Amino acid sequence: MKTTVQQETSNQSLTQEFEAPEVNIFETKDGYVLEAEMPGVSKEGLEITLEGNEITLVGHRNHETPPGTSLFRERRPADYKRVFELDPAIDTSKVSARIEQGILTLTLPKSEEVKPRKISVE
Amino acid sequence: MSHLIRWQRPSFPSWSPLNRLSSLRSEIDRLFENPLAELSHASRLLSGWSPSLDVQEDKDNFYVQAELPGMRKEEIELTLHDGSLSISGERKADQKYEEAEVYRAERFVGRFQRTVALPTPVAADKVKAQYKDGILTVTLPKSEEAKPKQIEVKVG
Repeated sequence: MKTTVQQETSNQSLTQEFEAPEVNIFETKDGYVLEAEMPGVSKEGLEITLEGNEITLVGHRNHETPPGTSLFRERRPADYKRVFELDPAIDTSKVSARIEQGILTLTLPKSEEVKPRKISVE
Repeated sequence: MSHLIRWQRPSFPSWSPLNRLSSLRSEIDRLFENPLAELSHASRLLSGWSPSLDVQEDKDNFYVQAELPGMRKEEIELTLHDGSLSISGERKADQKYEEAEVYRAERFVGRFQRTVALPTPVAADKVKAQYKDGILTVTLPKSEEAKPKQIEVKVG
């Protein structure tokens, strides 16, 4: 119970506006793959933190605006942020990330003991 | 032996059965944090998806920026017709996850098209496009006749 309250206050103490990136989450027998859409974010702008069983994804946009005056504006300037709770089966020491053309791909392998294994009968 | 955990099949997509309530609560929080974003997700079912655009102008060029993450540049189609720029293409699902179990699939998949009418003529042969970090930036130089020019006023 105490943990739940702590998580909520940590999310709400932000004063900066963030947008939640859209994600796809897949599970294979080896682990999970999470893809997050963060256009405008390059490797330098990524902040991924793992605390306990929670992973926080933050993407800071490159604020490169072309010169001149704005005629039409739809893109939101907000940075990206989203928090996920991790399945305890994930081996947090083996989590890896890469970003390409604004897509962050997070690979979260399951720990060896948890993977399905055949047990031989003596 | 100390690592044996009773195997439970999750009954709905969640990371851990113990945290069902807090993940539901954080979903509701997310919905209220950004109500307009959720509305656009719902309207997508009817109208499809299109990239968000910004258009800028200086004395020499128009600059169109579109958010198009996860494409290959060969898959982005750009056409200029009658003073309108069209950006279209197809966002495809990643083949390598076909066999996997899907917990969330928020990313749009399918064809998209967006057209921007430019207020003054552009030199079609000088248009340049760059695709970086999932942002497509199209630079459209204004055609010579369209550029603002100083008109000399002679007296006499």
